Amino acid sequence: MSENRELRKKLLTYIEKNSRAQLDELAVMFDVPEINIANELKALEEEGIICGYHTMIDWSKTSIEEVSALIEVRVTPQRGLGFDSIAERIYKYPEVQSVYLMSGGFDLMVILEGKSLQEVAGFVSNKLSTMDSILSTATHFILKKYKDHGTILTKKYEDTREIMSP
Amino acid sequence: MRNPLSEKVTEIKPSGIRKFFDIVQEMEGAISLGVGEPDFDTPWHIRDEGIYSLEKGRTYYTSNSGLKELREEICRYMKRTQGLDFDPLTESFVTVGGSEAIDLALRAMVDPGDEVLIPQPSYVSYEPCAVLADAVPVIIELKGEHDFRLQPEEILEKCTDRTKILVLPYPNNPTGAVMGMEDLEAIAKVVIEKDLYIISDEIYSELTYNGRHVSIASLPGMQERTIVINGFSKAYAMTGWRLGYAVGPEKIMRQMIKIHQFAIMCAPTTSQYAGIEALKNGDEDVAMMREEYDRRRRLLLHEFADMGLPCFEPFGAFYAFPSISRFGMTSDEFATRLLKEEKLAVVPGTAFGDCGEGYIRISYAYSVDDLKRALTRLRRFIDRIS
Repeated sequence: MSENRELRKKLLTYIEKNSRAQLDELAVMFDVPEINIANELKALEEEGIICGYHTMIDWSKTSIEEVSALIEVRVTPQRGLGFDSIAERIYKYPEVQSVYLMSGGFDLMVILEGKSLQEVAGFVSNKLSTMDSILSTATHFILKKYKDHGTILTKKYEDTREIMSP
Repeated sequence: MRNPLSEKVTEIKPSGIRKFFDIVQEMEGAISLGVGEPDFDTPWHIRDEGIYSLEKGRTYYTSNSGLKELREEICRYMKRTQGLDFDPLTESFVTVGGSEAIDLALRAMVDPGDEVLIPQPSYVSYEPCAVLADAVPVIIELKGEHDFRLQPEEILEKCTDRTKILVLPYPNNPTGAVMGMEDLEAIAKVVIEKDLYIISDEIYSELTYNGRHVSIASLPGMQERTIVINGFSKAYAMTGWRLGYAVGPEKIMRQMIKIHQFAIMCAPTTSQYAGIEALKNGDEDVAMMREEYDRRRRLLLHEFADMGLPCFEPFGAFYAFPSISRFGMTSDEFATRLLKEEKLAVVPGTAFGDCGEGYIRISYAYSVDDLKRALTRLRRFIDRIS
């Protein structure tokens, strides 16, 4: 692997979990001049590889009421467009968090987050299932998130190492 | 009433690391850079194998030497990392951590009065184990000017007719020093010339940051006079599993196993099953942890340089050993004041031998956030005393 690709991989792996890391800190930790880190990050942003720097929030710990739902969608692919155009029609709704094309028993996985039960129900019955070429939907509500984006949400890291010697 | 105690045992000083941590535990808001074990949990697939073995009812002793499959994996590991061939059945066995193996090796090899060369600063158990085996520990004081690498002349200076064993503690706790191929070649030459045996404590062998670790046993003529001690604690973050091993000449292994079978029976069975999984499928975990330690190491050294704390670059283990002599305090005074004034615990270099005077050991087995918090306190302290 070229040096640059190696750095890319290391940087991406690291900042995926530590998006607040400062440039000077990254420079020290990866033993690369700060300017190179800055250029690399800029390039990654321009190429659309880094798509944003988000904050992971466990909404269930707040007093804000919300539900999240996974919706399995079966569609008829359109000639010349495959699934892309129907996916686009779906993901343009701001309440849609994620849309994935799946292999297996259904075609699109649509994730809605931060909505009330009524909003989810309304979205599915009024918007989603009325679209042309959508054959069926199955809505699953998320009851509890244990782990999300590689982070365990149900318990906090605690240093439990005991005092011992030598 | 008669004194119930052995004089030999009562004369052994308790470990110097302890003192500080007893205070840390009591002190509100104190943080520590003193711990000598990984901050990672054991990788889940390894823990899972341990659990699975329990579910299957593997709750009995194993053979004294340990599970055959584990010994085969250990020998395979020695082959792929060092190119060394060991017979799993006669030249390897499983111990309760590397520390048991150190004790056994010394007890199996020395007669009263035999001298054991112990380079210091180093792990605290070599000297008391030598004393308990009725050997005479002879300390080699490693020098900061050589980045704490052992020099062949230092061996020759301390060698007498009674010298039998050299303990080789690299990658080193507490200094982080490693011995490269050329360093080892020079040592091997002297060892052969003086007909010594080596106990090579390679527990940190997976944690090197300037190329792969080289075992002295892999040098010509050395396998027959070296006992390699290693374990799972540091590489796979398995300290609590108490699992280590020794490989070496059959003649010596046989006697070590004899003591082991009378004192210990066998290493914990659950841990042994987990150990097989670690050696078979743990390489990626080790690489991930090594990379993380390396990032912290760089961060630490950069911060030291920035705050005016001189430190040679440590290439192994997860410790840095900065010099504090320019502040006109002993290691103990420095560590005590740092704890009192900034509530930050580090270990004075003298805990690892008198020649650790003028140094402190800082562990980077802590998250980057914890390290940064601790370094802020260290910087404030150094600003005040400079």
